[in-house]
Amino acid sequence: MNGTAADVPIEHLLRDLTPQVLGSIVRRFRDFAAAEDAVQEASLAAAIEWPRAGRPDNPRAWLIQVANRRMLDHVRSESARRRRENEVALPPESAALDPALEEDDTLILLFMCCHPALTTASAIALTLRAVGGLTTAEIARAFLVPEATMAQRISRAKQSIRDSGIPFENPVPAERAQRLSAVLHVLYLIFNEGYTSSAGPEVRRADLSQEAVRLTRIVHSLEPGHTEAAGLLALMLLTDARRFARTDDVGELIPLAQQDRSLWDQGQIAEGVAIISATLPKGSVGHYQLQAAIAAVHDEATDASDTDWPQILALYDLLRRMSDNPMVALNHAVAAAMVHGASKGLELLDALQSDPRIAEHHRLDAVRAHLLELAGDSESAITHYRSAAGKTASLPERNYLLAQAARLSNADWQIPPPTGDC
Amino acid sequence: MKYILLMSGTQATCDWFTKWPKEDLKKNVAFMRAFSKELKDEGVFVASEGLAFPNQAKIVRAGSDGTPVTDGIFPESKEFLMGYFIVDVESAEQAHKIAARLSMAPAPAGTKERMPVEVRQVMSGPPEELG
Repeated sequence: MNGTAADVPIEHLLRDLTPQVLGSIVRRFRDFAAAEDAVQEASLAAAIEWPRAGRPDNPRAWLIQVANRRMLDHVRSESARRRRENEVALPPESAALDPALEEDDTLILLFMCCHPALTTASAIALTLRAVGGLTTAEIARAFLVPEATMAQRISRAKQSIRDSGIPFENPVPAERAQRLSAVLHVLYLIFNEGYTSSAGPEVRRADLSQEAVRLTRIVHSLEPGHTEAAGLLALMLLTDARRFARTDDVGELIPLAQQDRSLWDQGQIAEGVAIISATLPKGSVGHYQLQAAIAAVHDEATDASDTDWPQILALYDLLRRMSDNPMVALNHAVAAAMVHGASKGLELLDALQSDPRIAEHHRLDAVRAHLLELAGDSESAITHYRSAAGKTASLPERNYLLAQAARLSNADWQIPPPTGDC
Repeated sequence: MKYILLMSGTQATCDWFTKWPKEDLKKNVAFMRAFSKELKDEGVFVASEGLAFPNQAKIVRAGSDGTPVTDGIFPESKEFLMGYFIVDVESAEQAHKIAARLSMAPAPAGTKERMPVEVRQVMSGPPEELG
């Protein structure tokens, strides 16, 4: 991944090089927080300098050199300030700066950024900056918060890393699996944040999904034998393949069954199917692989009516055995309804009604409404569509749910406006 | 998840506030500034504004030709929005805790305002897959 081709846009090149440069600087100075700042400054300098003066022959060496200089300045001013020489020792001059000799530190960086000591929001922000190479301003825009707030979130995350003394090295073997699953979880959340964006067409949060796919690709290439990393990559590709069909031209949601399947990205579907087909036979099946398999079954149906629901139901059965997740149980109920009829699905929903984790969730009402409609009970379906609309925190989803209620109620628009001040 | 913390009050609240001793007003203003700064430092601040007292506020409706028709707001009995904070947090509980901190703004004679803060989720949550 040298990315020195002159036709790669500078911002892509910088994003690719960020973890490599950061790894090199952290290895030399052992101070992740300061190194991360230095690398961000070097990237900003490159973004200004390269278009003007031309791209250096070895962009990575250029970035390492600039970041290294920033770090030396930082270390000198720190030691001057503290007047304590042992606190911040300068690295020996002999410490290698030869970029070609260094290993890829991307995974170690991901382990740090996704450490369980951090809050989810911090881990997401830090991962996007330290490994994804996004600027604080870009991350702030993606999450619709002020830049100062995002800067503070990142700085607090780095402070937590500093305080907890997490070393810059691979986790011990006993912890590795768990830490890698934490990394995958953060990447999954970044993907979802972009994919399920409700912020309107002018905010291109789809970039977050692409960023998550890019980072997951890197993890998959570094850990090709890790079946869940492969599963997550497949899941992202198979889900993201439907992005253009998922909303209409004004941003209203279109459910899977009604999407124009000619808009699905067949290249991405083929890639996702190939990955998941090669991964499942390896035998170490996890929830990302199963979700990817489910997405693949949906994606391979040329028409909603051709969907292989018995296979999807079988996959949800496996998923449900693997994790006690009420959302999985909910989707399982939908699949059961598609195979065995709406009444079977509704029966399964009744069992979920007593689960406090989901009893008040709008999805339970929305699914119940959908199944009631399938069962021909429009009256009750309307009630539950409206109830779901009252509980969701997503505007496009509320519009969708209200539209379903309106469609069933044949509203004749004679509803009088509310009286009095409101 | 973003939440808006709505501070409301009645005309009586405004009247009470205008009668506070200068030192107490200063303390309250300093509290609000410090509170904003804390939220920024915590990485959860999104936006905040305080509103002018409702005395000059108007209710506007469109007339039949679309021109604005204004009306007074008869402040005696109503609850008014006094100001708001928007925060970006990970749970409703976290938003509630922040609202409680806001509610503890200082009032005269060493007491706390303990004003009611309405906490509402901003419709910026993600839609979920509609299967």
